[in-house]
Amino acid sequence: MAEVEETLKRIQSHKGVIGTIVVNAEGIPIRTTLDNSTTIQYAGLLHQLTMKARSTVRDIDPQNDLTFLRIRSKKHEIMVAPDKEYLLIVIQKPGE
Amino acid sequence: MHATQKTFVKSKQGSNTQSQLKASAARTSKTISKKKDDADGTEIGEGDEWMDGKTLIKPPNQLDLTEAELKEEFTRILTAKNPHAPENIVRYSFKERSYKAISSVDQLAVHLVLEGNLLHRDSDEARRQRAKQGLQDTTVIAETGDEQPQTPAAGGGDAADMEEGGGEERADSVVFKADKKEQKLTNQFNFSERASQTLNNPLRERQCQTEPPPRANFSATASQWEIYDVYVEELQKQEKNKEKAKAVPKKDQDKTKKILVETQSDDSTKMAKLAKIMERMVNQNAFDDIAQDFKYFEDASDEFRDQEGTLLPLWKFQYDKAKRLSVTALCWNQIYQDLFAVGLGSYDFTKQGHGMLVFYSLKNSTYPEYIYPTTSGVLCLDIHQQLPYLIAVGFYDGCVAVYSLREERLEPLYKSTAKSGKHTSPVWQVRWQKDDMDNNHNFISVSSDGRVVSWTLVKNELVFTDIIKLSLEGAVLEGPEGAPPPTMACGTSFDFHKQITYLFLVGTEEGKIHKCSKAYTSQFLETYDAHNMVVDAVKWNPFHPNVFISCSSDWTVKIWDHTIKTPMFIFDLNAAVGDVAWSPQSSTVFAAVTIDGKAHIFDLGINKYEAICQQSVVAKKKTKLTHVEFNPVYPIIIVGDDRGYVNSLKLSPNLRSKPKEKKGQEVPKGPELEIAKLEKLLSLVREPDNKV
Repeated sequence: MAEVEETLKRIQSHKGVIGTIVVNAEGIPIRTTLDNSTTIQYAGLLHQLTMKARSTVRDIDPQNDLTFLRIRSKKHEIMVAPDKEYLLIVIQKPGE
Repeated sequence: MHATQKTFVKSKQGSNTQSQLKASAARTSKTISKKKDDADGTEIGEGDEWMDGKTLIKPPNQLDLTEAELKEEFTRILTAKNPHAPENIVRYSFKERSYKAISSVDQLAVHLVLEGNLLHRDSDEARRQRAKQGLQDTTVIAETGDEQPQTPAAGGGDAADMEEGGGEERADSVVFKADKKEQKLTNQFNFSERASQTLNNPLRERQCQTEPPPRANFSATASQWEIYDVYVEELQKQEKNKEKAKAVPKKDQDKTKKILVETQSDDSTKMAKLAKIMERMVNQNAFDDIAQDFKYFEDASDEFRDQEGTLLPLWKFQYDKAKRLSVTALCWNQIYQDLFAVGLGSYDFTKQGHGMLVFYSLKNSTYPEYIYPTTSGVLCLDIHQQLPYLIAVGFYDGCVAVYSLREERLEPLYKSTAKSGKHTSPVWQVRWQKDDMDNNHNFISVSSDGRVVSWTLVKNELVFTDIIKLSLEGAVLEGPEGAPPPTMACGTSFDFHKQITYLFLVGTEEGKIHKCSKAYTSQFLETYDAHNMVVDAVKWNPFHPNVFISCSSDWTVKIWDHTIKTPMFIFDLNAAVGDVAWSPQSSTVFAAVTIDGKAHIFDLGINKYEAICQQSVVAKKKTKLTHVEFNPVYPIIIVGDDRGYVNSLKLSPNLRSKPKEKKGQEVPKGPELEIAKLEKLLSLVREPDNKV
């Protein structure tokens, strides 16, 4: 686990990275670098969105699976790495 | 018989009339009876009319009545009604749930109760009594005169109603009142009432209420992929069961252990995988411009530069803990082409210390994928061509080791020891070989101690076999200086021929290159008097079977035909050359790095005399470049320097020697073309030689 912690730390220390959130399968944030309300908002919404995206991918081809989801917005890029148990969400401000 | 009842002794008058009726009719008077009538109401109707016919004997105080009076009729009706009984009793009927008038009222009225004592004369008691009294006869007589009315004074003393009401019935009982002082007699009738009641089983009612079973509402929509998942899971289960059934007789213990270990690692690695992906993505965003350049940028200015090209710096790979070490080896992974290994150690032989083996991916330039710290400086490494997880490493202390990326641990899988024939001097090059006859992996190493050793991975140890000992004799015989005593030559580099597997070249510290064969352990097939200083690298051309390249600290790079003892080309780079590498794409392209921080790219097909690109690629002037490697697929090279940095550089279009495509003409490709291209050049070089 230490290695994971280190990696998360490195990600957070990257330039432009605004926040890192780890969400469990139920959509409950289990660790975050953002404040509480923002975290909850991001976790709830992105969990739904990711599940939907995954469902879409798998509906098209059941053998396929979602591995990564990135949302490019005017202000940020929201990146979601889904897994069976966790979601890793990183919000980055690219081009800084 | 002895029932005691409530006696209604309210009206004396009522009872009087009754007694009068029975005792004598004459006594009755109309007035009295009328009075009574008034008093008692209508209930007791007493008729005196019947006496009318008997007027023969008239008592003196009898009233004289006129005929009319006599004939007057008074109707009276006797009823057996109890005047005191309530008429309007109402009871609640549970059956009908309402109050109901009770029609039948108990009309019995008891006015007098007297206890009687009668003895049967033949009974024992009577006899006893007789004997006691001695007056048996009289009593017997008395007894026989059963119904002799006697009213004792005591009886009348109580109340007048008593003597009058009970007179008629209970006269006999009074007779025995005299005997009352005698012992009371018990019941003369042999009668006993016995009753028993069986125990009724008590009624019991038992109830209990169970808690209702918990309910839950469940609803879900099954999508195609969910169904698919369930099927896959089921399939896997079945397969597992089958495997288990098979494995049980064999080594089930080992397997279960392995499974346990795997599952344990899975939990921790799941998150690690996510984190890794995320780190790469963050990097991709952060270094978006570099990624774009790597993929799409083509230097447009090449068009106007004729033949020369440029190197575009891309990612810079660095690891903080490796900053003070210099890059001593580079190797691309042939299967995962974005991954390369970097060996870190030191070329400064007064400052030897620890080393490091790290792996970088082009996808993450900020942090190594794998890190293996070593106790001694790494001097060389090689990644297995077919098994991308196996890495052979040579150390400064003479050890060779094999690392596996599959293992979690940081220790090498195999490591040579003093017992198992380790080198006594730094190992300068290692190279994997094809698997031997027994399918064991093996690699070859060369060291300053003059030995070329083949190492075979057998089970859990490294087995070594010396291939050749680089004695100086061969060199001495041919070399001009025979002064040094025949000792071992110091091998610094070697390369096996691509096609002829037993043929290989060894570069030595003395500047010689020996062509050797595995078959002859003590003899060189050929010795080239190549350089004046250490041969830093010697490499066969990947296309042409006869050509190899060598570089040395004597500032030169030389290209040879192994059949000819003199070099075909010589290039002077004005600085000690650290490394050379052939391009995997073209037979005529190679790159060299010098310690003045410059990278040189040559394309013999374009320019036989000069580098087509000569570019300083280090940030600081003093930085020395140590190694260079071409990526097997992408048009980039990586160069390592003595500060532990690795730079990746993109070759501009001119450096890739792509033949200009003419319209409508298929340009032939393939190794034959590359061989032909180089052959053409060589022939050009040879001809003047031959002429000379």
